[in-house]
Amino acid sequence: MPEGQRARPQPTPETMHFWEGTRAGELRLQRCNSCDKTYFPPRPFCPACASRDVGVFRATGKGRLYSYVIHHRPVPGFTPPYAIAVVELDEGPRMMTNIVDCPQTPEALVLDMLLEVAFEKIDDEITLPLFRPAKGQGDKGAAR
Amino acid sequence: MKPKSIAIVGAAETTELGRIPNLSQIGLHADAALNAMKDAGLGPKDIDGVATAGETPVTIAHYLGITPKWVDGTAVGGCSFMIHVRHAAAALESGLCKTVLITHGESGRSGVARSRPAVSPGSLAGQFELPYGPMGPPTLFTIPVLRYMKTYGITEEQLATVAVVQREWAAKNPRATFHDPITVEDVLGSRMIAYPFRLLMCCLVTDGGGALILTTADRAKDFPQKPVYLLGTGESVETPMVSQMEDFTSSRAFRVAGAKAFDEAGITHKDVDHLMIYDAFAHLPIYGLEDLGFCKRGEAAAFIGERHTAPGGKLPLNTNGGGLSYMHSGMYGMYALQESVRQMRGIAPAQVPGAKLSVCHGVGGMFAASGTIIMTNEGP
Repeated sequence: MPEGQRARPQPTPETMHFWEGTRAGELRLQRCNSCDKTYFPPRPFCPACASRDVGVFRATGKGRLYSYVIHHRPVPGFTPPYAIAVVELDEGPRMMTNIVDCPQTPEALVLDMLLEVAFEKIDDEITLPLFRPAKGQGDKGAAR
Repeated sequence: MKPKSIAIVGAAETTELGRIPNLSQIGLHADAALNAMKDAGLGPKDIDGVATAGETPVTIAHYLGITPKWVDGTAVGGCSFMIHVRHAAAALESGLCKTVLITHGESGRSGVARSRPAVSPGSLAGQFELPYGPMGPPTLFTIPVLRYMKTYGITEEQLATVAVVQREWAAKNPRATFHDPITVEDVLGSRMIAYPFRLLMCCLVTDGGGALILTTADRAKDFPQKPVYLLGTGESVETPMVSQMEDFTSSRAFRVAGAKAFDEAGITHKDVDHLMIYDAFAHLPIYGLEDLGFCKRGEAAAFIGERHTAPGGKLPLNTNGGGLSYMHSGMYGMYALQESVRQMRGIAPAQVPGAKLSVCHGVGGMFAASGTIIMTNEGP
């Protein structure tokens, strides 16, 4: 087990829907009702057109490995080496995450491999959206 | 800004660089400021504008005994000092003040009274980046690079070559931290920090400081040193979260700041004799060369590999050895500016013969901010 605990996010009024979503097993994104822009991280207005008329929807939780580093030094809550990754969601936005159920090696972590969300409960309030290789995909991953 | 309307008339680094345990953060600011005032033949009563980052302008003005009529505390990371130069030029040109002092000091290695920015757990980075285990710039600044490498087919050897070439420049500089030549194999064999980044692809962590003094061009000839004139300036910001960069293969802030500076200066890339690109990590010169327009997208690594930026090449780059081999206290932008000034004064340890025009490009945060300053030693 890694020593210490990973940094814990502190939800704010503007991001509460996201953390309520992960707690319920949903990855929630926002979309502008005026210009149709899908965006992340959460905010109560559209970053493309500034409209306040925005909605929350459940994303598919699917995406691809966009980029990453494999960190080799200790950080509370992590056992090095571990990957700090960015996933590009099928809906368009990118988010930072960790990749689970996968060796933390350059050979196993192939850019553009298909990923799916894997929720990890930290405590009663916080569940983090991590990602794992999508089911039905070989060890090496497969570019679309 | 009107080209050549503003000049740098004082420039100095701290007396020592590297390991300075006998000076705190503010002490490093002051040591550099006193050296710059001596360089310009000025005292604190002659300064009426103060800009700084790391410390506040209040702290610096009070500590040095300055009564400013203009201050700027823009703190957007390592390129804050490029942006201070730009803001100071605007203030001087519009008559808000007459003589500006810009200071930097950072006890990056010894950590004596060092102020460090904290990420709140409720900020967007605190909620959507920090929980995934990043630990500072080596794990964040580096995240876009695998995408760049896949997009353009760049190899780890090419990334390592950036550090090898900059060590060649550092070898010519007595004040550089590292002088011994290194090979691509040395770089790839050094300790893994955050794949694909090895230790020798990451900047140094040292103590130091630097300061600049600026005034209007009409007064510049009255100072003891050869004036260095501002030709063009640019600045921009993009995102506080590297995961939210628009394009992982290019910095929007670089493109906006660089294009603005070149436009103001009215120059083309062929006019550039000397170039500084803030190199916190080995990929920064690659992104910088492309985003400033010196190379097409995907071609900068080959450009460096072909030795165009090395000693004897057509575009001397990071001639002090850079953040990788000269020094890096944390906010390196001031040292890039100092090297551009030395090159324009003709006194750099690795002087580019006959250099008349220098481009100095900085980054702040993890591709969060950028500032570009173009200087010349040819007067109005």
